[in-house]
Amino acid sequence: MSSVITISQLAKHYQVPEREGGLKAALTSLFKRKYRTVKAVNGISFNIEPGEVVGFLGPNGAGKTTTLKMLSGLLHPTSGDIHVMGFEPFRRSYDYLRQITLVMGNRNQLTWDLPALDSFDLQRAVYGIPETEFKRTRDDFIDLLELKDLVNKPVRNLSLGERMKMEIVAALLHRPKVLFLDEPTIGLDVTMQRRIRTFIAEYNHRYNATVLLTSHYMADVEALCKRVIVIHHGRILFDGDLSSLVNQFSSYKTLSVTLENPEIDLSQYGEVLSRDDGRVTLRVPKAQTSEVTARLLSDLQVDDLTVEDAPVDDIIDQVFSQKEEV
Amino acid sequence: MKRYIDFYLASMRISILQQFQYRVANYFYMIGMVAEPVIYLVVWSTIADQQGGSVGGYTPGTFAAYYIVWTLVRNMNIVFTPYGWEWRIREGNLSMELMRPMHPIHNDIAYFSGWKFVVIILWLPLALFLSWVFKPTFDITWMEGIAFFVAIWGAYLIRTMLLSLLGMITFWTTRVSAIFELYFGFELILSGRLVPMTLMPQWVQNLSNYLPFKWTFFFPIETLVGSMTTQELWVGIGMQILWIVIGASLLNLVWRAAIKQFSAVGG
Repeated sequence: MSSVITISQLAKHYQVPEREGGLKAALTSLFKRKYRTVKAVNGISFNIEPGEVVGFLGPNGAGKTTTLKMLSGLLHPTSGDIHVMGFEPFRRSYDYLRQITLVMGNRNQLTWDLPALDSFDLQRAVYGIPETEFKRTRDDFIDLLELKDLVNKPVRNLSLGERMKMEIVAALLHRPKVLFLDEPTIGLDVTMQRRIRTFIAEYNHRYNATVLLTSHYMADVEALCKRVIVIHHGRILFDGDLSSLVNQFSSYKTLSVTLENPEIDLSQYGEVLSRDDGRVTLRVPKAQTSEVTARLLSDLQVDDLTVEDAPVDDIIDQVFSQKEEV
Repeated sequence: MKRYIDFYLASMRISILQQFQYRVANYFYMIGMVAEPVIYLVVWSTIADQQGGSVGGYTPGTFAAYYIVWTLVRNMNIVFTPYGWEWRIREGNLSMELMRPMHPIHNDIAYFSGWKFVVIILWLPLALFLSWVFKPTFDITWMEGIAFFVAIWGAYLIRTMLLSLLGMITFWTTRVSAIFELYFGFELILSGRLVPMTLMPQWVQNLSNYLPFKWTFFFPIETLVGSMTTQELWVGIGMQILWIVIGASLLNLVWRAAIKQFSAVGG
């Protein structure tokens, strides 16, 4: 099976003007400007197969959005190769743009004063979607996202979450084969995040669409992505299954214990993270998990005990702190 | 082609719906805009009266006709501004437009075309009121009427191309309002907006023939108000087509370079 997305040694460097503060520096910069090269993306390579949903993770400024913008044809790469469905995105051909979408959590493509239905109709015209196909897809998405009572309201009267759902419908009406989703759930409440996640999963399943998703909410990544790519300072730190990321980078596990006597000091077993309603949470080095579990069970009257991997957020933090290429 | 026609109709429809939402604001905007030609009209009518009834062949009646048609032409001349380009690039809104499989200029042209229909409807009562007050002299043939209709849309397209070109400077550098203001200064003098071109010194009139400004303002007004021969009407429309082609070609050229330069800031 040939890859949908192929990136090889992709780089994007910016020349940024730089000067020190103060009047003297300001005057000097009029005649002699200094520039600094910012390597937003610095030689990354990966492939994505058809139908894959991949989490693209990294802290702010890591190079995620720059990569998505190069993939969607908004930015010209400085160097390297980039192909999506056989197209070079920066050429911005009609056939390419017709088959992709970019959803940015903080961007609005709907007409503010009019009901979203009007913006949907404009999308139909932009992408030349046949009328019957358009109506079928639109109504289908409206049902899936439970928007029936909202599509006739002016967009300005919708909540952030409702607007985001409308944005997603508008972005997918032409049934793109490749989805670039940049923080699609940013600022939304938990219920709305879940609804959008479910919708993305359903879209991926129905149309075998390839999805590259950035999100700071690990719940998004855990629910949707089997594979993750971790980027930091424009370089890839990890590319593989989410489970291998956990195995490779998690140096501890979390033990939750319910004791007969919750007042007992457990510091000798591990770092006590919390005590809540008789349930104590401990952080234990991964290599010692079996031994500590056995000791707890033999030493104390334990009503319940669970062992979990460290939260993915913590693991990602650990990957960033190691800053080494895998 | 069918896709473009469909898109233009859909975008114009959206624009009309949206502008009717703001009908009161639009009306006050138009009333404000009328202040400028009314001042010119009062000044020139007074001068004409003092000089025995006409200035450079313009009587108070033809001045009234000139500046009443001026109000419609001025509204037809409203396009997506360079400040709009500056805003859409700086705020990152261009990114979403670039995701469409269509040049953003199509949306600009279609959207503002839709707006024109609302503007014309709102303009009619204002024009009637101004005509009642200032008693314009019109002598319009059907040929001039058709030429005027073509010329106001020609003017709209020329100005769209030129101001988009100007706006694209912001791909290279932001905050270029000083350049924009310089352009608008030349336009004011050389277009016939401030004063009919025939009242300008001969060398200014000669210069204006080789620049685009006159064809966006003076020419459309004169098709209706002046007494142009059929040949002059055809030459004028030909000049408009020429400037549309020059503008579109330059736009295409600059766009290719600009899009490579684009850094998609702010989203």
